[in-house]
This record gives sequence, structure tokens and C-alpha cells, in this order.
Amino acid sequence: MKTLRDAKVGETVRVVKLHGEGAVKRRIMDMGITRGVEIFVRKLAPLGDPVEVNVRDYELSLRKADAEMIEVE
Amino acid sequence: MDKQIRIALAGNPNSGKTTLFNKLTGSNQFVGNWPGVTVEKKEGRLIVDKEVILTDLPGIYSLSPYTLEEVVARNYLIEEKPDAILNIVDATNLERNLYLTTQLTELGIPVVIALNMMDLVRKAGDSINVKELSRQLGCKIVEISALKGDGVKEAALAAIEAAKSGKTIPQHRFSGPVEHALAHIEEVTVHKLPEEQQRWYAIKVFEHDEKVLESLNIPADVRAHIEQDIAAAEKELDDDAESIITNERYVYIGQTLKGIYKKKGKGQLSVSDKIDKIVTNRILALPIFAAVMFLVYALSMGSSIADGGIAIGTFLTDWTNDVLGGAWLTDGSRAILEAWGAAPWLVGLISDGILAGVGAVLGFVPQMLVLFLMLCLLEDCGYMARIAFIMDRIFRRFGLSGKSFIPMLVGTGCGIPGVMASRTIENERDRRMTVMTTTFIPCGAKMPIIGLIAGALFGGSTWIATSAYFIGIAAIVISGIMLKKTKMFAGDPAPFVMELPAYHLPAWSNVLRGTWERGWSFIKRAGTVIVVSSIVIWFLTSFGSVNGKFGMVDDLYEDDTVVTDEYVAAVAGRMGIPEDEVEPMDDSILARVAQPVSVVFKPLGFGDWKPTAATVTGLVAKEEVVANFGIMYAYDDQDGAEELEENGDQIWGRVAEDFNAFSGGHGRLAAFTFMIFNLLCAPCFAAIGAIKREMNSRKWTWFAIGYQCCFAWVTAFIVWQIGRLFAGGMNVAGLILAVAMLALIVWQLFKPYKEAQMLTVK
Repeated sequence: MKTLRDAKVGETVRVVKLHGEGAVKRRIMDMGITRGVEIFVRKLAPLGDPVEVNVRDYELSLRKADAEMIEVE
Repeated sequence: MDKQIRIALAGNPNSGKTTLFNKLTGSNQFVGNWPGVTVEKKEGRLIVDKEVILTDLPGIYSLSPYTLEEVVARNYLIEEKPDAILNIVDATNLERNLYLTTQLTELGIPVVIALNMMDLVRKAGDSINVKELSRQLGCKIVEISALKGDGVKEAALAAIEAAKSGKTIPQHRFSGPVEHALAHIEEVTVHKLPEEQQRWYAIKVFEHDEKVLESLNIPADVRAHIEQDIAAAEKELDDDAESIITNERYVYIGQTLKGIYKKKGKGQLSVSDKIDKIVTNRILALPIFAAVMFLVYALSMGSSIADGGIAIGTFLTDWTNDVLGGAWLTDGSRAILEAWGAAPWLVGLISDGILAGVGAVLGFVPQMLVLFLMLCLLEDCGYMARIAFIMDRIFRRFGLSGKSFIPMLVGTGCGIPGVMASRTIENERDRRMTVMTTTFIPCGAKMPIIGLIAGALFGGSTWIATSAYFIGIAAIVISGIMLKKTKMFAGDPAPFVMELPAYHLPAWSNVLRGTWERGWSFIKRAGTVIVVSSIVIWFLTSFGSVNGKFGMVDDLYEDDTVVTDEYVAAVAGRMGIPEDEVEPMDDSILARVAQPVSVVFKPLGFGDWKPTAATVTGLVAKEEVVANFGIMYAYDDQDGAEELEENGDQIWGRVAEDFNAFSGGHGRLAAFTFMIFNLLCAPCFAAIGAIKREMNSRKWTWFAIGYQCCFAWVTAFIVWQIGRLFAGGMNVAGLILAVAMLALIVWQLFKPYKEAQMLTVK
């Protein structure tokens, strides 16, 4: 299973499924990361975490630990 | 109209909501807090109609039960039922903004959309069919530019119109299985609720929203019945109920916008993207961050313009302290009061007590205004979110936020603006943690203490100052890790899913207003604390009982019939000092109280009345510690002609002698623990006032102060007891206790810990 964590900088991926539950999952989905949406991995923070992605035409940052919940292709 | 109209302003963060609110209400604003939480609440009267109250809801992305802001916002909308919602929508970020709109339209309250930044959309060559969008969403849309003020009045009038007669019926239908379950839920559980709110409640029940389920208190059999429907929908759509709802909203928005929102080209970089490419570049980000932080610091709290620096803040503060506070306020008021023939105690109270204390606070104001101005600039232009992005990795380990860096940096200058700078942290838990730990960093006023100890007992070694910063940082790290595992901090999740808003030129009206609001709230709140505490400390040091007579000690000592030679000898004996060093202050209430209180500090190695009294007066201002040492170690500035140096150079010899004497030859160790305690214990009253303001809770303020004092005591205790193991004169019981405390801290540090998923708000 490939997750957003594994996606390389500069890659565009499509969300297959969101794993986990509760607050963090809801928050990720509230921000527009839902099934089928395209995510462009913009960059990593200077210290290697979090990552910055472009989703639904805006910039979002999320931690790698949370990015792991997002299954992509 | 007999009934007052109330309109709620709702919208995403960074959508221009604050700008719109300011444009709509002008100066008719009242700032407070939402009850029981530290989220700021702003209300104002509309300029176009003074009878209408506009409530600015916190910036939110959704109405989930998981973040404090969202809970506050939805509680207000459901319980207070405003007459209309003015929903500001950022046209450049339509999908995510409309996601909130789909939820707002379900509340049974008329919704009017203020479509902001349409000018930017057009500029990019894109187009939005506003008329069609309005029809699809079922609510009126007014195009505005909050920044320029275009359309703002029309939006307000439309909202008032909607409040009087409007109705918004949610247009969006979920998929078949969901609607089936919703219909069932409406029928069996929420039919007693107001009709227009039923759909919202039904959706929340479907989502398994814990807060709503709690409030509805559905009987178990009914609940089981509904769960069957929900489970069926979950099975059919292969997802959990909450995700189904979120998903379908976004799918609906995507479909609605097809044909309405036309984009010219995709993939080209905007100006903001280009800036961000450099500013948060992997290699350049840290140097740029360091440069920005240096600039903020150098401009506000660095060395003054008068001394060749660039700090306009320090320059103004020095002026306020020396000229306005020192000369005009204190000396001026004294002269006036004496000319009026006021009683000496009244002159003392007003000039040395209240005005000197207030002056000390006023002195900070220019520095803080400059600092807040820059913080507001950073926030408004979009860089603040990048700071969190850059620093998150380091700070989250200690239960802090990436944005905690700024309060800590500011705290090296002064803890008060440091504590107040924590307001930019959205997450309440991170913010509280930051407020609690910021004052551990040695502030400017603690430097003289460090200088005194280093000079008097360590031959001026620079290692002492270095160790002070090290201790401060270690205290933050250790406290962060320990506290985040405690009950007080457990329970709230800390998702770090953060929007990085597009950079834009700051709106000056917002920046200036934000600066002024923070400055004024400081003057107001910290000011009241300072006045009261100044009076108390002034009273404690000025009054006392001399040879059985109570009064101002300075006056009583003038009287030879009261202060007889035998009495001086007795005082000298009690205090353990030579007769010619007996001072009026030795008979003050403070000295009398400090004597028994010093028992508390015995296990730390400095259980003598002088360091005790100095520590207590340090609560007024940490500068007072050295100043009081000056008084207590009998430095006489009248004879010596020159003033006591900031570090107390002139009394180093006597301090060293005294510390060695009362600590049984362990003067260095005792002085070091004295320094540790004074660095870590409760900050000055002004900073405590700031903590109270930011915590917005008596319980949390006491918890913070109590924790700081306990932590300081325990740390100093461990250092003193274990230190004596090496220095000699070990106390077995003390050592065992110290090792036990140390073990407890280490255990708390390495105890396994799991991040909570749910938010607990009453």
C-alpha cells in the first residue's frame, strides 16, 4: 500500500482511501483531502517534516505521521 | 423594530474575515472571550445600522466537534440562533470555502454569502458564474472586496434583509442510502426539536457526533434502531459515516462548480508560490527564518538606537523609564504632593508605590507595541504559518507548537510580551503550554541576578550566564514533555494539518488595530495587577514594628527614644549583622516575615532572610532582587557617591562572605541554587498578569504559577542536595529525597504516551 508519506516531492498522486478515525482523519478530510482528489507534493520542511502539499488549489502542510493515513496511487 | 437583529460572521481562516469585520463595524467593537475558553470573541455594531449586532465567529473550516473554535462557533449558531449568517467566502479558494457553506446552510438560519477576492479571480483570467452559484446554493451572494471596501455595505444590507425575512433551504441532497438513514433519524429522534434545525441534528447523529449524541440523550433501543440504518449506509458506501458525509459534500461542491467556475490555465505559479519557493526552500528557509527573527528582536528589544543599535522599541522604553516614569512620574508627583503638604506615608504610597509600579509597566509599552506591530505584520502577510511549518519538527516533541519559538525568543527580552506573543498559536493546548513555560527563559531583568551571582562567587565566569540559558531551555523541554502527559494536558488532540495561506501585502488597518488591541489589553490587565501588588510590597517594606511601635520604619528610626542603643544591639543580634549595619528595613514587615519564610529555602541552601526577602521582592520586578541586595548588604549610595552598579559590583565581597557563612562554607553552591530558583520560579507580577490574561482562567493561572514555583524548588533542591554529595556535608535524608524526585522526573519523561484523538470541551 502506498501512502502520501511515500510520495516524492514533485509527484502528483490521487487519494484512494483514508485510514484511521477520529479527530485527525476528520480534520484531514475537512481540509479537502477526500477520496479521488489529486494531491501535488510541493516540498518538505527544512528539517524533513512536515510536508507541504497542494490540494484543491491551496497549500496545506501536514505531518508525515498523519500523511501515513492517506492511501494514494 | 422591537427585537434587536443579530448577525453572525462566519468563514474560513485567511478568507479576509477580520478585514471585513473591521470594515463593517469600524470602531464600534467590543473584544472579549468566548465563555470558559481562550478563544477571542469580537462583537460590533454595523456602521450601516447601529441597531444590528455583528458577532465575529472564530475562523473555521468545518463544524466538526474536534477543534475548540469549531465547537464554540457551532454552539453559538445552534444555541443562540442568530437571525442571519454572513458567510465570507474566498473566491480564490472556492472548493474548501464552500465546504463550510454547505454546513452553514443546514442550520436553519438564513445565509448570505460575501464572495471575497473576486477581483483576484478575474485578474487571473478565471470566471465564476455568481448568479448560477447563488441559485444552486440557495442563498444570496454579494461580491465584495474586503480590502478595498467594495460591496461591503451591500453585503451588510443583504444580511439584514435576510435576517428580517429570509430563509435558506439547504439544496444539497446526500446519496440515497444516507438520505434514507437521515429521514429515519429525523422521524424517530429529532422531531421534537425546532423544525429548521432538524436536518442539522439528523446529519450530526448520522456522523456519530459525540457532542450532539450526548445532548440528545437518545434511548438505547432507538439508538440501536438508527445504528442499523447507518451501518447499512456504511456498508453500501464502504466508509465510516463521518467520512461519507464529508466526502459527499466535497463531491457535491465539485459537481456544482462544474460549468460555474471556469479556470483559464492550470499549473502556472502565482507570485505567492514564487515567494514561497525561496522563503521555505530547504536550504534557505532556516537562514531566512533566523534573519527575520533577528530583525524582529533587534528592532523591538535589541540595543537602543541611542546605543548604536536599531531597536526603536528599546529606545522608547528607555525614554519612558528614565524620563517619563523615573523623572516626571515619580519625582514629579513627589514634588507636587510634598508641595501640597501631603502626609509622608501618602507621598510614599503614591510616588514610590503606585506610580513607580505603574511606571515600570508603562515602560514596557513602547517596546511591546513595536514588537506586536511586527508580529501582526508577520501574521497578516502569511509568514507566521511558515514559522510553524519550519519549526514544528523540533517543538512538537515538547508538547509545543512551531510557533512557540517566537514567545521564547521574545522572552529573552521580557517575559510579558513573550507570554502575549503566544496568542498566535491556534491550538489551545499548545498555547497554554507555551504560556506556562515561556518565562523559564532568563529575561532581561534576570540578567543582573546572574551577573551578581557570577561576579560575587564565581569570579565573573561567563559559564554562569551560559548555564542560566541552558537551565532555562532544559526547564522548557523537561516541563513540556512532563506536562503533556499529565491530566491537565491530556485529552485534546493536536492535529497539525495547517493551511499555508497565500502571501499578501499586509492590510495596515488590520495590523495597527491588532497591535493596539494587544497593547491595550496589556495595559489594562497587567496594570491592575501591578497597582495592587506594588501597594502591597511597598507596604511590606515601608511599615513595621520598631521596639514595640508600629509605623513607617524610616520615621521610627529617626526617633532616638524608640531606636535606643540596646534596641539596635538586639536587632543586630536577631539579624546576625554588626550594629552599624542595622537598617530601618530590618524591622519592616517583609524582613520579619522573610525570617520564618526562609525555612522554605533551607533545603535549597539559601535559608537566610536576605536572599528570601530578595526573592519575594523579585515578584514585583526581577530587577528588585539585586536592588534589594544592595539595600540589605548596606551599600550606601549617599556616601559612596556613585550608584549601585546593575550587577551590584560593590557588594560582591559581602554577598560572597554572607553566602559562605549561612551555607556552612558552600557559598558557591548556595548562590547557584539561589540563582536557579529565581530564574525558574513565578515571574514578576506583570508577567503573572499577562499569564492570567492569556489563560483566561483562574485555575490555569494558579496551575501555571504553582507549577513554576514547584519546579524551581525541586530543581534547586536536587542541585543542592546532590551537589553537597560532591562538595561535602551531605545530608542523607535530603539526598535520598533528591534522588527520588529525580527518579520521578525521569520516569515521567520516559513514560510511554499516546496522543489523544478526542477533544474535551464542556
